[in-house]
Amino acid sequence: MFRKAKHIREKYLEENMWPSIFCQACGIGTVLNCALRAIDKVKLDIDQTVFVSGIGCSSRLPGYIDADGLHTTHGRAITFATGIKLAKPELNVIVFTGDGDLAGIGGNHFIHAARRNIDMTVICVNNYNYGMTGAQLSPTTPLGGIATTSPYGNIESPFDLSALAIGAGAPYVAKWTTIYPHETMTAIKDGIEKKGFAFIEILAPCPEGYGRRNKLNQGKDNLLWFKKNSIGKSRYEKLSEEEKRACDKIVIGKLNDIDKPEFTAEWSKLVDKHFVE
Amino acid sequence: MKKRDVSTATDSKYRPARPFNREEFDRIRRILGGKVLFVQGDSAVSYGALLAGCRFFAGYPITPATETGEVLSQLLPRVGGVCIQMEDEIASVGAIIGASRAGTKAMTATSGPGFSLMQENIGYAAMTETPCVIVDVQRSGPSTGQPTEGAQGDIMQAKWGSHGDYELIALSPSTVQECLDLTIDAFNLSEKYSIPVILLTDGIIGHMREKVVLPEFDDVEIVWRKEPTRPKDEFQPFTDDGSQIPEVAIFGEGYHTYITGLTHSESGYPATDSQPDHHRLVKRLCDKIRNNRDKIIRVQRDYSDGGAGATGIVSYGVTSRSVNSAVKTLRQEGLKVDHLRIITNWPFPEKEVDELAGRVDRIIVPELNLGQVYHCVKEAAAGKAEIVPLWKTGGEMHVPRGIVELVKGRG
Repeated sequence: MFRKAKHIREKYLEENMWPSIFCQACGIGTVLNCALRAIDKVKLDIDQTVFVSGIGCSSRLPGYIDADGLHTTHGRAITFATGIKLAKPELNVIVFTGDGDLAGIGGNHFIHAARRNIDMTVICVNNYNYGMTGAQLSPTTPLGGIATTSPYGNIESPFDLSALAIGAGAPYVAKWTTIYPHETMTAIKDGIEKKGFAFIEILAPCPEGYGRRNKLNQGKDNLLWFKKNSIGKSRYEKLSEEEKRACDKIVIGKLNDIDKPEFTAEWSKLVDKHFVE
Repeated sequence: MKKRDVSTATDSKYRPARPFNREEFDRIRRILGGKVLFVQGDSAVSYGALLAGCRFFAGYPITPATETGEVLSQLLPRVGGVCIQMEDEIASVGAIIGASRAGTKAMTATSGPGFSLMQENIGYAAMTETPCVIVDVQRSGPSTGQPTEGAQGDIMQAKWGSHGDYELIALSPSTVQECLDLTIDAFNLSEKYSIPVILLTDGIIGHMREKVVLPEFDDVEIVWRKEPTRPKDEFQPFTDDGSQIPEVAIFGEGYHTYITGLTHSESGYPATDSQPDHHRLVKRLCDKIRNNRDKIIRVQRDYSDGGAGATGIVSYGVTSRSVNSAVKTLRQEGLKVDHLRIITNWPFPEKEVDELAGRVDRIIVPELNLGQVYHCVKEAAAGKAEIVPLWKTGGEMHVPRGIVELVKGRG
């Protein structure tokens, strides 16, 4: 089912960058693992693929891949990715981002790229806090969650990033957690294959940041929390209306997969109509 | 689910990263129609960009810069390029940097408030040595200020707007023709030195209509970045070959370059804990411009035959027009005036101002702000001449008479 780890390591990883900056039991490594396996499965031409990121722990991922990478400013990765894709539409563009980068400082770019439906795959590692700066409150911190800037518990309603993406018009949206690596990999694979804006939200542990402030001290505790508090979309849909209302679990799975006109394809038609020889 | 299919893109005329040559240049001239045009400064900037090979524009509407994007939204599809209205000015600079890294000449245009928003990503372009052009059609500020009025209030921001140590190039046109010509220069300089270049026009020139003559292919130089000369497995994106200007590998060509705004070594990978790496990097970012200042800086000297009693005037941008008129009047009245017009605001022409300060007793610096280039002139003259500011704000140009009276009244 999975290619050997050695194969993935030798084929895709940038050897000069190890050891990584990630803490023990951090979920970002799993996301990288799933993403590289998805890329391998799709047989993506790595020379024709650009990895783009903003600022934060998850945004360090392009540095660990032996490919073209653009590590940009905080929250703005999608805008740079838009420029790359539009300037050279034959490139595959994959964005790594986090909850703070994507939905905090970069929220506006996120919804507009989804709305425009530009062909790119946005992989968001949602770990409920700003990990790199030391576990501050993020736009996805759950109600009551303890962060270094919400020491008495979060009173703000968190964003549901996947619902936001669907609302903004993203044709492919999936949500998984790192305790389901195979499904995560499959979702990334589907997202890459989607001609359009694909958004994959991955709930991931941050044991050193959010975890230990919220009684999830070990990586394992984090993973089990995700398992306990999530429900597959197909199972959720079988619940009665009453059960659905009572269900406070996070719905995971493939949440949206529709076809709609993609920006570069439409721009291509527009150019061919107006081009002057 | 539809499988990935890129054939639509590659078979199409939609190819922003197309090669640039005489045929392409002549095609643009044909599309623009006629050799002599009567257009706004904002349009002239768009035309200059197309002639320079720009095939990507990203922008956000803002007075008095909007026309540049409007014109390019009409013209770029006709030449196989891209024009996209982004969600804000931050996104606009992000998009042009991405487009440039993917091998397309790219530009954005804005005014004061948008220029303020752009600063972080302009710093990113400087740090990552990405060629791109940013047009700032200056208007009165701070904040929303006078959206429809011209000003010269962004000179210092153009140089110091982002944090940290870096150099960039800023040019100030004073006619609509120069809006076109200096846009071509801006692209050439950005490609040559791998940096963001700022074109500092203003609301007056941006909206003013004047005659513009389109250049012939043989009249202009079109520069493209230095592409990698070393084999792919040996290539490092920030190696200094002695010129201090790195070779630029284009995304998708197999060089596997990692570009980051973090302090990086020659390999492009982060070296944030290294004092020598950081110092070497920012020193080179500054030196590649400082050491080439004689090649970069352009001024226009309109000097008298010298001797005692001459008054110097340093001007730039739209204000040069008022000064030209004042100089004519003053000379008719028998007064000696040395006019130094600055075309390259950054790097600042210190040597040229110093030379002027050696010729005259005092230098008048008229500007549409409350003192920006005045400080640079004062620093460059280093006490050799008295520096007299002539400030004006509120959206109106300097009246030539005001300059004449200042010269005569203190003469």
